[in-house]
Formats: sequence, structure tokens, C-alpha cells
Amino acid sequence: MSIEVVDAGVLATVQDRGRPGWAAIGVPHSGAVDAGLAAVVNRLVGNPDGAALIETVGGLTVRALEPVTVASDVEPVARSVHVGDVVRVLGGGRQWHYLAVRGGIAVDPVLGSCSTDTLSGLGPAPLRAGDRFAVGPEPESPPHGETVPVRTADRRVRLLPGPRLDWFAPGTLDVMGAAEWRVMSSSRVGVRLAGRTLARAVPDELPSEGLVRGAIQVPHDGDPIMMLADHPTTGGYPVVAVVHPDDVAVVAQAPAGTTVRFTASP
Amino acid sequence: MRVLPMGPTAVLVEDLGAAPAAVARAVNGLALPGVVDLVPAAETLLVSVSSAASLNQVLDALHQLGDLDVESGIGRRVDIDVVYDGDDLEEIAARTRMSTDEVVARHSDATFTVAFCGFAPGFAYLDGLPTELHVPRRQTPRTRVPAGSVAIAAGFSAVYPSASPGGWHLLGRSDITLFDVDRDPPALLVPGTQVRFVPV
Repeated sequence: MSIEVVDAGVLATVQDRGRPGWAAIGVPHSGAVDAGLAAVVNRLVGNPDGAALIETVGGLTVRALEPVTVASDVEPVARSVHVGDVVRVLGGGRQWHYLAVRGGIAVDPVLGSCSTDTLSGLGPAPLRAGDRFAVGPEPESPPHGETVPVRTADRRVRLLPGPRLDWFAPGTLDVMGAAEWRVMSSSRVGVRLAGRTLARAVPDELPSEGLVRGAIQVPHDGDPIMMLADHPTTGGYPVVAVVHPDDVAVVAQAPAGTTVRFTASP
Repeated sequence: MRVLPMGPTAVLVEDLGAAPAAVARAVNGLALPGVVDLVPAAETLLVSVSSAASLNQVLDALHQLGDLDVESGIGRRVDIDVVYDGDDLEEIAARTRMSTDEVVARHSDATFTVAFCGFAPGFAYLDGLPTELHVPRRQTPRTRVPAGSVAIAAGFSAVYPSASPGGWHLLGRSDITLFDVDRDPPALLVPGTQVRFVPV
């Protein structure tokens, strides 16, 4: 074993690219919430982009049981850690942080992925103090430096029409673009937003239909929810709009209490 | 067929002209490149692809589905042994003005087809519930429904693959393993599978 969890913090899980391809039997995609940032942190230690690493909301502390090379988005440079030394990933700034260990976290894959799916419980359990993990074999690439992209808080997010946009009042996409949206809560399943109540034009019950990451579902109370990594494969509320896949991480990384803005795209 | 937008790499298709599960199976059979997920649901098919370019290929295939025999390859049949002693059996009997034996008879005489999966890995929405047994979900969901519970709600029947919260009415229980990550395929009931319940 190479590392030991001293403090798992708020929520820490093992994540990789997730398990796409199983949605038809009800298995969520899962995988790193911010796959782009996870890839950057993996590259810092020479890992392939989709190597298993630790995702944390913050407050994570691990201790090296063997000499390891680590990097995180908080300390974005490859660092050699001696036996007994601790590595901390504190929260703040963004919602989801990543700690990569050179070689990748070695856990048994489930349906082709090492990711913890917080919705269905597939994959390893969330980290707990005392958990010990091995790392995989040395990757071919050497560790190297790379700058972590810093996202500005007011970056706009492209909003595309969703399949049930016509279930809402005319001009809803513009209304969403004009409003400021506050992040009420955020989990691996989705981000709950508040800003404007989106009026329904069609009050019908919607038979369950498929969802994608970035889809914005509107439950009866009118506050939209943007689907994230562990979203259920189908849902029974209308999807008013879809956030562009390249911009989903901007919303996902906005901590609760902060705001995001959308730019309506045709 | 109506194609609804779901971002640059997915579409939701409705008015398919055939059961979504059957269409999904037909498109799956074409093994088109770039298809990530085909998710049949109650009335729609979600097509999710790795790049926008793959989307056109799938849509072309869907438009030509008339040439395919979408009803071919009806799934295999699975019989599930059920002990009909569910906590909601008497309530359902009262509500539908039947005896509990009649409720059991209606449920176990029916042949169900997996319409789609969702809610949890291996959770299959079973089409074919007799209309007399169509009841809405419970007003208050249970915080824990045991694995193997055989249930009805909203025009469907289902078996809970694992213990979870749930709002369906419980008619009975089975000890069948519906989802096993070490099995190929992991889900016993996939869209198109035919299911019968056998009272034991």
C-alpha cells in the first residue's frame, strides 16, 4: 500500500473517466465531475488523462506509506513525498479538487471503471480515514509541470435549447440568459440553481426520458437542476435547456452561494 | 419521428413508430461508430454520441428504420418466482375492489415486457400491467424498500434490484439477482426482455 487516508474531509472519492455505455440498464456515467481539470492534474504526475485519482470537495489529508509523486489542482506541480509525510487538499475557490498520485489509484474496476457512483453505490465506497490504497505501475511519461487553468468567476456559460423547451413559456431561454443564477446546492448528481421561476406552458406529467450531463431539468417547484456525473439515467421532469459540454464544469465548479450566468445560444 | 435537441452530442427522439426498446435494439445491431449510449425510455430514445459527426449517421439510420424489422429479436423470457405477501397487497386489493387472490392472479397471469431501465442499475420498467392494477405511486415513498421487492406503480411493474428508497406499492418478494457486475450482461432484465411472475 502506498497512501493512507488520514482525514477524508467533506467528500472524497476515487474517480476516472466513469462508465459510459451502460445507461440503457440504468447505470449512471459517473466519473470525475470536472474531467478537464482531472486530466490536467493527472498529466502533472505523468499519468494518462483518465487515470484513477482522488476527487474531493476539500479537507482531505493523506499520508505516504511509500515514496510517491503527487500533484493537485491546489498545488499544481509534481511533488515527491517521503514516507510519513502528509499531503493536504483544502477546499475553497472551486467546488471539486483533484489529487493525483503517479501510477494512479489502484482499485478494482467495476463495469470498466474505478469511479465511485454516489447515486447507485457502484464502485469503491467514498474514502474514510484509515483507508489504504496502492498505486498502479509507473506510467511511461515523466512527471512534468503544467499550469492549472484558472476560471474567472463570471465566465458565461453557453445554454442550448433542451428537448422540452416548448413546455415552458415563450422566451424562456432569454429569461434564463438574462437572470443571475445562484448555486443553492451542489453534489456529484447535480447542481440546484435559483434565480427565476420558469413558468410552464404545458403542465402535463412527463413520462420518464433519458438525461445527459449538463441537461437542466425543472421540477415542479420551478428551481432548475443541472445534471452532473452521477445523474440518474432517466428523469421525469422536462429538460428546458442543455449546458454546452465544454461549459458544464464552470457551473459544476461554482461553490454554493456563488452565481453563474448563461448565454443563450440558438 | 421527431428529433428534439439535447446539446451538441445528443438528441432525444420521439414518435418512433415502434417501441423505443425495439428501436434501440435495431440501432445497436448496426454497431455505428461513435455511439456512446442509446437510452430507451417510456416514449423516447436518447441517442448520445462522442462527436456531433456521429449524430447524423445515427439519425440517418433511424430514418431508414422502416426498412428494418424493428419487432424482430424480441428478448428472451425470464420467469420470476414471487412470494405474494407484500406490505401493500391488501391496500391494492381494497383500492381495486378485488380480493388479494385476484390481484395476485391478475399480476401473475400477465406477460410483461421490459420497456426501459432507469432509477437504479438493473431496475426495469415492466410494461403489460393489467389496467385494473394501474395505481399512482404511494403518497409517501418508503425510505427503504428491500431488494427483490415486486412492486407496481404508474402503469408499470418492477422488481427492486437493490435496497433503496421507493414509492411503488409492494405486492411481494423474490430472491432473484437482477444486477451483478460480474455477470455479462450485468442486468438480468434488459429492454425487450419478457417477464412472467410465478406465485410460489
